[in-house]
Amino acid sequence: MAAGIRDKVAVLGMGCSVFGERWEDDSSDLLIEAFLECLDDAGIEKKDIQAAWIGNHIDEISIGKGGCYLANALHLPLIPVTRVENFCASGTEAFRGACYAVASGAYDIVLAAGVEKLKDVGYGGLPDSPIFGQLSRLLSPNATAPGMFAQLATAYSAKHDIPMEKIKQAITHISWKSHQNGAKNPKAHLRKEISEMQIADSPFVAYPLGLFDCCGVSDGSAMAIVTTPEIAANFKPNQSLVKVKALQISVSSGEELSYNQWDGSGLLTTRQAAKLAYKEAGIKNPREEIGMIEVHDCFSITEMVTMEDLQISPPGQAPDDIIDGFYDLDGQVASQPDGGLKCFGHPIGASGLRMLYEIYNQLLRRWPEDRLVKDPKLGLTHNLGGVPSQNVASICILGLD
Amino acid sequence: MLVGISSFAGYIPRYRINRMQIFSAMGWLNPAIIMNAAGDKAVANYDEDSITMAVAAGMKCMQGFNPADIEALYFASTTAPYRERQNANIISGALAAGETIRTADFSGSVKSGTAALLSAIEFVASGSGRNAMACASDCRIGKVGSVQEMVFGDGGAALLISCENVLAEFKGAFSMACDFVDHLRGENSKYDRQWEERWIRDMGYDRFIPQAIQGLCDKYSLQIADFKKVIYPCYYGGARKNINRRLKIDSEQVQDDLMMDAGDTGSAHPLLMLAASLEDASPGDKIAVISYGNGCDALYFEVTGEIENYKNRLRVTDSIRNRQDLDNFQKYLAWREMLPVEIGMRGEEERLTRWSLVWRNRKAISSMQGTKCLACGTQQYPPQRVCVNPECGAIDQMVPIILSGKTGKIVSFTSDMLAATLNPPAIYGNIDFEGGGRLMMDFTDCVLEDLKVGIKVNFSFRIKYVDPKRDTTFYFWKAVPAKEVS
Repeated sequence: MAAGIRDKVAVLGMGCSVFGERWEDDSSDLLIEAFLECLDDAGIEKKDIQAAWIGNHIDEISIGKGGCYLANALHLPLIPVTRVENFCASGTEAFRGACYAVASGAYDIVLAAGVEKLKDVGYGGLPDSPIFGQLSRLLSPNATAPGMFAQLATAYSAKHDIPMEKIKQAITHISWKSHQNGAKNPKAHLRKEISEMQIADSPFVAYPLGLFDCCGVSDGSAMAIVTTPEIAANFKPNQSLVKVKALQISVSSGEELSYNQWDGSGLLTTRQAAKLAYKEAGIKNPREEIGMIEVHDCFSITEMVTMEDLQISPPGQAPDDIIDGFYDLDGQVASQPDGGLKCFGHPIGASGLRMLYEIYNQLLRRWPEDRLVKDPKLGLTHNLGGVPSQNVASICILGLD
Repeated sequence: MLVGISSFAGYIPRYRINRMQIFSAMGWLNPAIIMNAAGDKAVANYDEDSITMAVAAGMKCMQGFNPADIEALYFASTTAPYRERQNANIISGALAAGETIRTADFSGSVKSGTAALLSAIEFVASGSGRNAMACASDCRIGKVGSVQEMVFGDGGAALLISCENVLAEFKGAFSMACDFVDHLRGENSKYDRQWEERWIRDMGYDRFIPQAIQGLCDKYSLQIADFKKVIYPCYYGGARKNINRRLKIDSEQVQDDLMMDAGDTGSAHPLLMLAASLEDASPGDKIAVISYGNGCDALYFEVTGEIENYKNRLRVTDSIRNRQDLDNFQKYLAWREMLPVEIGMRGEEERLTRWSLVWRNRKAISSMQGTKCLACGTQQYPPQRVCVNPECGAIDQMVPIILSGKTGKIVSFTSDMLAATLNPPAIYGNIDFEGGGRLMMDFTDCVLEDLKVGIKVNFSFRIKYVDPKRDTTFYFWKAVPAKEVS
């Protein structure tokens, strides 16, 4: 295996807009908001940026095709701009493009941006669109995202012979935790603490998921400026550097859908991306070596099964770990310290970069005491795009120096 | 050459409305409908229509037979979803009948069911082919509060006509055609319109049915008493009694008209009653089947010894037993677009059907044709060119395999309140096909409580979506949990 990009790329600056129902703002306003913070944090000028990648998923609502929207919104100086799209991993894909550009030596300073303007859809949830092409529309159910992910619960329950009541208890704790964390985050979409009873009693969206098992559908943008560790050290002498330890993406081969081995209780792509990422980062025991994670908690059940796919909870043990508080903000591996997709919100193209924004700022200890992770060690972000039977998983691991 | 019926099946949809429920809702408008308020009206599910019901009957009819042997398929209905685009082709595709067959739609009268049947018989009798299918179904609607609303029921029937394994030989027919307009439905009408009931009863049924039966008897030198069963539709109970009395049709000879269990299923009705009668038939039985609609066809069958091999395949009876009360009249109205309802903006999304894409994938869509890898034996669906087995990966080593008639097993499931549907919640999940292959698909004719990982499902051809803008109905298969019907 090639060496990967471990320690070849440093994050020079990051920015993130306030997420939420930004009725008065266009995608360009969200991008500019994140860009101002990002540029200020990096300590560079716009003209220093040599290339850019923009992640976006529902382009017809957000920014259209191609790279022009970002170049125009920020009036970038005639540099290459590429729009990437890989479902909910689009933000991480933009980051990957930027990191690879730096690691390859093609450019010194590169911008990775993500944006999504979901509140122009006109109704709750994601728009109904043929994300796997027109043929799948003829064969597949007229399903929604919660319905697709909800099936993880029925399959997980059958596989491990764990009653649905216990699964419901665990996923309720997940949402409760995210609300606790999100309430402390001034940029989060949902900032209210709610009780486990309110969560458990919320009306069903897709069995067994209730309303509070589903993430916020939000508008938002997040960005990173990346460079080499050498250049970063020049810009920021005597400061800790956040470096990329691993960046891996895995895409479904069709095995989950058409072959009969996958049991539907977890994600093959997450397992594969995690395996490769741990190898790239030199991690032997993720449960001990990783201090915080931002996982793709589009639905509470997704977060639950991901804990096993990431090899942090042993198979069949995620519900117990969750209920025991292992993933709480003061737990051993803090999960979703910023409130996650659940409460920070989920503007699809921005989410991967928003997760990195949280890990980056936690590593640099920039948050107030009450929302800091105890012992951040290495931080991991995880995105999951598509649906459990056909998807993209991305994993990025960041660490200091 | 012996020509006749070699297989048969009826299909009555799962949902029933007890007619008293309609009376409770609409009796204020038309108290006279109390006269028709006994029994159940069979109601096609929101995703069923005359095509899907014909396929359901056809699938049952073809059990144990090779669909590739069908050489002609005739479909009769007055409620076929397409005026131009052959409905019979959609049915033959779903049944995996092959593309080198003769197909035709029959319509214009509820007599069309027997017209299709006679054509199928004549196709085989003429030596044009060895097997033909005649299927018929109807999903007629009456205006809210009308007698038709009470008496019409939804259902279908299918008969395999053959010169082999004939269990009821066709002996002859007598037909009459009259432009007797007791009711009509014009090109642009959704609902039936009829003349005075007394006229329909006294000048219609009461005259034409006896004429047809007598004509048949005279033509073949038979007495009515020679028939084990005399089958004819007539939803006026009084008129039916009167006809039986006048013609001296003994109570033993009267085939139940299914009005208490289903209602008048239009084009399908004589065929459905015939299928029901064959369930109890014995060798040597003579059966007369009469249709009614701007004239009559009267057909004469004689049951052969082959019927003994068919005894364990009770079909119409199964359909009757597999019933679920539709305890909500408004739901019925919404399903038939008689009550405009809000299903949300998701329900308004574009449903343009890309016909070239449908053509390329027609076999995967119509009969769920999958592939089986010759290199490793893995059966797969949707069809693949590159073997999905990670250990194999062979390219273009596939042979086709039809999965629609197989069973499946639930891998995962949910019920979704967010998805747009006329029958929320939408229930769907991953299904493993018996023998291999997997598909995430819609479930129908069930509720969440019926489902469990690992249980068996059957596949039913249903409406996948309707595109009102382009007047398109698109069909695909859905999973139905297999139930023991007691």
